[in-house]
Amino acid sequence: MQPTQDEALTRHLTTEYEWGFESELDQEYAPKGLNEAIIEFIWAKKKEPPFMLDFRMRAYRAWKDMREPHWLNAHYDPIDYQDAYYYAAPKSLTENRPKSLEEVDPEIRRIFDRLGIPLHEQEILAGVAVDAVLDSVSVATTYKERLAKMGIIFCPMSEALENYPDLVKKYLGTVVPYNDNFFAALNSAVFSDGSFVYVPKGVRCPLELSTYFRINARKTGQFERTLIIADEGAYVSYLEGCTAPKRSEHQLHAAVVELVALSGSYIKYSTVQNWYPGDKEGRGGVFNFVTKRGIAHQNAKISWTQVETGSAITWKYPSVILKGDNSIGEFYSVAVTNNRQQADTGTKMVHIGKNTRSRIVSKGISAGRSDNTYRGLVQVLPSAENARNFSQCDSLLIGDTCGAHTFPYVEVKNPSAIVEHEATTSKIGEDILFYCNQRGIPMQEAVELIINGYCQEVLAHLPLEFAVEARKLLAISLEGSVG
Amino acid sequence: MKTETPMLQIQDLHVSVEGRPILKGLNLEVQAGQVHAIMGPNGAGKSTLAAVLAGKEGYEITAGDILLEGQSLLELSPEERSHAGIFLAFQYPVEIPGVSMVQFLRAALNAHRAAKGLDPLDTADLMALLKEKAQLLKLDPSFLTRSVNEGFSGGERKRAEIFQMAVLDPSLVVLDETDSGLDIDALKVVSDAVNALRTPERAFIVITHYYRILQHIRPDVVHILADGRIVRSGGPELAVALEEKGYEPLLATS
Ligand SMILES: Nc1ncnc2c1ncn2[C@@H]1O[C@H](COP(=O)(O)OP(=O)(O)OP(=O)(O)O)[C@@H](O)[C@H]1O
Ligand SMILES: [Mg+2]
Repeated sequence: MQPTQDEALTRHLTTEYEWGFESELDQEYAPKGLNEAIIEFIWAKKKEPPFMLDFRMRAYRAWKDMREPHWLNAHYDPIDYQDAYYYAAPKSLTENRPKSLEEVDPEIRRIFDRLGIPLHEQEILAGVAVDAVLDSVSVATTYKERLAKMGIIFCPMSEALENYPDLVKKYLGTVVPYNDNFFAALNSAVFSDGSFVYVPKGVRCPLELSTYFRINARKTGQFERTLIIADEGAYVSYLEGCTAPKRSEHQLHAAVVELVALSGSYIKYSTVQNWYPGDKEGRGGVFNFVTKRGIAHQNAKISWTQVETGSAITWKYPSVILKGDNSIGEFYSVAVTNNRQQADTGTKMVHIGKNTRSRIVSKGISAGRSDNTYRGLVQVLPSAENARNFSQCDSLLIGDTCGAHTFPYVEVKNPSAIVEHEATTSKIGEDILFYCNQRGIPMQEAVELIINGYCQEVLAHLPLEFAVEARKLLAISLEGSVG
Repeated sequence: MKTETPMLQIQDLHVSVEGRPILKGLNLEVQAGQVHAIMGPNGAGKSTLAAVLAGKEGYEITAGDILLEGQSLLELSPEERSHAGIFLAFQYPVEIPGVSMVQFLRAALNAHRAAKGLDPLDTADLMALLKEKAQLLKLDPSFLTRSVNEGFSGGERKRAEIFQMAVLDPSLVVLDETDSGLDIDALKVVSDAVNALRTPERAFIVITHYYRILQHIRPDVVHILADGRIVRSGGPELAVALEEKGYEPLLATS
């Protein structure tokens, strides 16, 4: 007999995590645990300018007095921060930093090959420059020279600290202060690497800039730090992708991303997050506790697009501070949870300038025994004359053992504001599934098609190559959930 | 025309929905190449018959059998029946938000091809096929990139159903009130398309309340379905009688 819809949906949602392989690399670690000596160790290891020791130390001291937050709509046991390594680097990358790709350890190159991330420029997707980061150390950045000719800087954060310390010093911590929250403070204290982007005045970056993050080492937190600056009138589109090996213990990923969009500039930031989600019983998986925020000056625009399919727990709210008049903030999100995954994600739009506009489109899809929460804040300050916000939050439930929750907070302090919010919760209709089946489309594919359609409005904002990737990922992460 | 095995045989079919009998011993035989019209009062079970043919869940077959080319359909899933050549033009086609007609029909066509062991169609061939069939239905090509049925008028949806039929090239087509909601010109377009697709290999079951469409699509046989059974069968003149006198006198004599 034919399986019932819920059986087919459920089966559809239980495929193995494809990126879970592990690689043996010779790693150098800092001693286990976290204290001031470790902070100094990291700082010294990375040969950073003196201001960084000060930055890290202040962050560490702030963090020590903070408490791990547990207000999110997800449950996890307190993390033992002393039972982890805060610096791990493949020796082959740090001892004699490879000068060209040919010098990169073949084992490391194999990792990225298996992940389908091309490090050779000639093999690269047309129009995408890649920075590959393994356990917080940058492996290779492609197309650097071509970008440099236009004055665009795209390099690992550690290299930026070496070559452009003044630029980093001017902006680091200005959008996400070192003591912003528990995980941001931890990141500020111990971050190892990440990407740095600077696009000069009036320059339109001709390539998609992309960073691919991979966790490999055991018992190692991943703390990247990304800083993107678009100078006046500049444009840049930046993409980020991530995977991790399957591990039975949880791995902490606490990144910080800061975007600075100066007058008239436009930063488009896209994420396809596919960290290991843990197994069906909720063992293992990445804790993705991330702080992402941008500041938009006059006439500037920041657009966040995210497709979140991985991680055991996702806790992130990519936000925009609409500081300048006429600035625009956008947030387009698809968050999929299956099995025991928990996602608490959304955005914050802070309207400060006049005529500021923000738009939020969130699509949550939950299956299995997962929980999916949208949490958003739209804040209109007294100065924000004529602010406008539109929010659309849709939840799709697959089966009846999962949860969807929506917490839209609104704080309006200027009466001229117009804030609109729409929300829907639905199930995949039997009639739609039958319609697809009648046309010959089997259940799995029908669900994929319907879910892709459901997310279309968000996926349409991803750069093309990424959209294709994201569609595949959606299909895979929901496999086994349908009947 | 060969007559050994009818294309479709429905034998003493009994179907219940939520424990309530809807079809109560329905018999029907359709030969390849024929057009059968089924008429009958509201609630008689016409759409139920269509749904059961297509294999929709929730219909309990308590007795009888349905044979397609001599093979029982009852154990086949809806998509397998589709691959076997059954097409249902829905009385109320649903919307699929965010999925374009091109994406939808690509998935459908490729599923049909996979079932036959064929490779997926490449984009150029797919688009050529879709454009050709869109022309047959006098549909604006822009409709291919719109989401399936989303924001379509009632008439556009019906036309889109026939368009999908033309693309999927089925052997047994069930039109469930495709004519209702169509204006006079659209009715002509749809009927012309159906007539263009009449071949000796293909059979049609046209469910309708009106004689109007049967003037365009001349049926070989007209049946009246009432209270879960075929109560009268005859030629097109039966439909004329129905149009003039209504169901009551016809049902009284049955
Ligand atoms: N899913 C269902 N649940 C409950 N009752 C149903 C269901 N489907 C059909 N029925 C009932 O079965 C009977 C036959 O319905 P059906 O839709 O087949 O009629 P029909 O002949 O197509 O009518 P119409 O001419 O109005 O389209 C009706 O009484 C209807 O209420
Ligand atoms: Mg009906």
